[in-house]
Amino acid sequence: MSKSNFSRRGVLKTGAIAGAGLALPQYLRADAHAGFTNAPGDSEVVLGFNVPQTGPYADEGLDELRAYELAVEHLNGGGDGGMMSTFSSKALDGTGILGREVKYVTGDTQTKSDAARASARSMIEKDGAIMITGGSSSGVAVAVQALCQEAGVIFMAGLTHSNDTTGKDKRANGFRHFFNSYMSGAALAPVLAANYGTDRKAYHLTADYNWGYTTEEAVRSSTEALGWETVNAVKTPLTQTDFSSYIAPVLNSGADVLVLNHYGGNMVNSLTNAVQFGLREAQANGKNFEIIVPLYSRLMAKGAGANVKGIFGSTNWHWSLQDEGSKAFVQSFGTKYGFPPSQAAHTTYVQTLLYADAVTRAGSFNPCAVVEALEDFEFDGLGNGKTLYRGADHQCFKDVLVVKGKENPENEFDLLEIVEVTPVEQVTYDPDHPQFQGGELGTCNPGA
Amino acid sequence: MLGLEKKDFRLMLIVVVLTLLAPFILNPFPEGSELAQFNAGYPDLMQRFVIFGILAIGFNILFGLTGYLSFGHAAFLGVGSYAAVWMFKLLSMNIVPAILLSVVIAGLFSLVIGFVSLRRSGIYFSILTLAFAQMSYALAYSVLTPLTGGETGLQPKASDVRLFDGALEAGENATPSLFGLAMRDTYEMSVGSWVFTFNFGYYVAAVMMILAFYISIRIFRSPFGMMLRAIKSNQTRMSYTGLNSKPYTLAAFVISGMYAGLAGGLLVAMDPQAGAERMFWTASGEIVLMTILGGAGTLIGPVLGAGFIKYFENIVSKINKATLEQWFYWMPDGIEDVMIAIVYPFVGKGWHLTLGLLFMLVVIFLPGGLVQGGQKIAAIFRRKKSSDAKDGATTPAE
Repeated sequence: MSKSNFSRRGVLKTGAIAGAGLALPQYLRADAHAGFTNAPGDSEVVLGFNVPQTGPYADEGLDELRAYELAVEHLNGGGDGGMMSTFSSKALDGTGILGREVKYVTGDTQTKSDAARASARSMIEKDGAIMITGGSSSGVAVAVQALCQEAGVIFMAGLTHSNDTTGKDKRANGFRHFFNSYMSGAALAPVLAANYGTDRKAYHLTADYNWGYTTEEAVRSSTEALGWETVNAVKTPLTQTDFSSYIAPVLNSGADVLVLNHYGGNMVNSLTNAVQFGLREAQANGKNFEIIVPLYSRLMAKGAGANVKGIFGSTNWHWSLQDEGSKAFVQSFGTKYGFPPSQAAHTTYVQTLLYADAVTRAGSFNPCAVVEALEDFEFDGLGNGKTLYRGADHQCFKDVLVVKGKENPENEFDLLEIVEVTPVEQVTYDPDHPQFQGGELGTCNPGA
Repeated sequence: MLGLEKKDFRLMLIVVVLTLLAPFILNPFPEGSELAQFNAGYPDLMQRFVIFGILAIGFNILFGLTGYLSFGHAAFLGVGSYAAVWMFKLLSMNIVPAILLSVVIAGLFSLVIGFVSLRRSGIYFSILTLAFAQMSYALAYSVLTPLTGGETGLQPKASDVRLFDGALEAGENATPSLFGLAMRDTYEMSVGSWVFTFNFGYYVAAVMMILAFYISIRIFRSPFGMMLRAIKSNQTRMSYTGLNSKPYTLAAFVISGMYAGLAGGLLVAMDPQAGAERMFWTASGEIVLMTILGGAGTLIGPVLGAGFIKYFENIVSKINKATLEQWFYWMPDGIEDVMIAIVYPFVGKGWHLTLGLLFMLVVIFLPGGLVQGGQKIAAIFRRKKSSDAKDGATTPAE
């Protein structure tokens, strides 16, 4: 069928083409400009906002995007300046960053590592972004953080709660302001002991993926240290929507507390199922049966409706906080969009300001200079009280909020009430803590 | 030439020229102009064009020739990716062992899945492959976390073993390379206000795609390809004549799985990260869409379809409100707002909507895919030669 007709001319011709094809890249492999990746010009600087706009966490992503737009407006001197006036560092003056106007590009991570990396790469390679920020899941945060390390730009993580982001997957070019699983466990445990006693038997339902594992581990070790016993821990598939078959065995297991290590839609469904099964009214071991949700967000509370009433959990920030920074942020966000910001919006806004401030203090956009300026940087006035960006793992250490579903919400945003502000000392851990081992920060990479 | 008929050779030559000159072709708009938003000539997207092109070419060998619609092809892509990352971690950051192993592993994996799935045909075959792919996804996402990294995925780290490589210097990152030339090495050429980007990784992937394309032509024109077409047209008759068709379909399935493995290995070589969502059923669906959009059963169609979808995913999704305001700033205020309100739902987070509408238009008006569109345009320009349009290379499958 196939007929071979190699002519001398044909072979020469194709050989020449193939040779040219192979030689071309080598010939053109000239060294790029010195300095660092995407050094900005004199008039403007581009930031990349990489958030989920479609998929399961789109709500959070869009709220993050609103916060970014607000932050850019404030950095460029527009609006009321928001938290810039309450921020303890006064380096920012509303003239952009180092006198350059802040521009931004946006992308859709789709809550998939692949799509997030593609989008981040296009921002770096095509749009010349000097910093990438955003994300609403730990998988994406870890993936994009590694990419930024390789490409030589700074990554300011958005909403990511897994220990791994600043634990085994930490990178020198990546920074996280959000709190993590360990802090949730450490903050929750004393409040739980005070409210429910120290001889409880817990049953865990855990979302079967990385974040679920680290959260379960964190809550288990903190509660067991206080005398609780863990009866059972069952993994549930991430795509599960009906949790009845997982909830049914809980009542007869001898447990008297149910811990739901679920986030987003998972938590909304499992909590609703648990309430429908009458766990809230049940008695076990002579005590009232209780439910706990380690990581809360307002958007989740909204989804679960009346079921969250009286249920304990932890959160990074809440708009009802009364410090100056939070008030200023809620004020300017509310004026612009007509409703209070979520914790995702808060952390991304703060990250943008922190980056801009670090560049200004360092006097350079060079990622290594920024890393140096952020490491062990102490600040205040950004809504979480005194905060430290620890140099050893690039994690922020600040107070953690323990919250409870409000019994009588006044409006659709007023769903959580703050039970206790756990002081930072109580949630601080050693960089070599077993839950954070196995990673290496490495050194900053300024790229080309 | 090269064992190809004249017509195929011409097509091959066009593909070679287009891929080698892609940095120019994809960057038609000058830097800084408003239309620069539509430039696609940056390394990441160019790499994706050719890599997903390879994937679609491979898928087309199975679907276009035998008519077996595999709905789980993303599983082979994922398996290939994981294999490649493990080679990076264990052996060397050189992409050669990584790509070789990704092809081999994907081949073995497809042999197993194909052996089971090909016991059925039609919709049952599709469902079986879908089930296997979803199973692989679920395993990779949770149970096999030590092997796959679970949700956070698998990436090379500074602390990995890497038997053949020396230790990294302080501050050095593990970067995939081909005998010392890093995949990310890039040369930028400025001509006036145009900037063209030549990336080494892209050319590696492009050469691979050209090879893959060549092999695909040879398969299409071989007796083996003829046998596969016969299976598509009437498998029952084939078996009544005493011929066992299963070895042929299985071979096609494995070849196509190896193509997917190659694509997976290349993806990792360009961007060293593998995640489970690469195997999700939507990823498998995307491969089917690429092939149908471009023209199933045609040689060049799947490559066009792959490029089309990746372009929308990466370019249209990045247009935001601020960009639109820049475009329409010259209009009077009221009209500007109306224009933005009309266009906004179709860009940014609405890119799925735009892609869906275009897909519908293609399926309704060009059932043969983009290739048929090309033929129609060509026919307008040379009516008189339309009689020899019955060429096998460009006849749509269905």
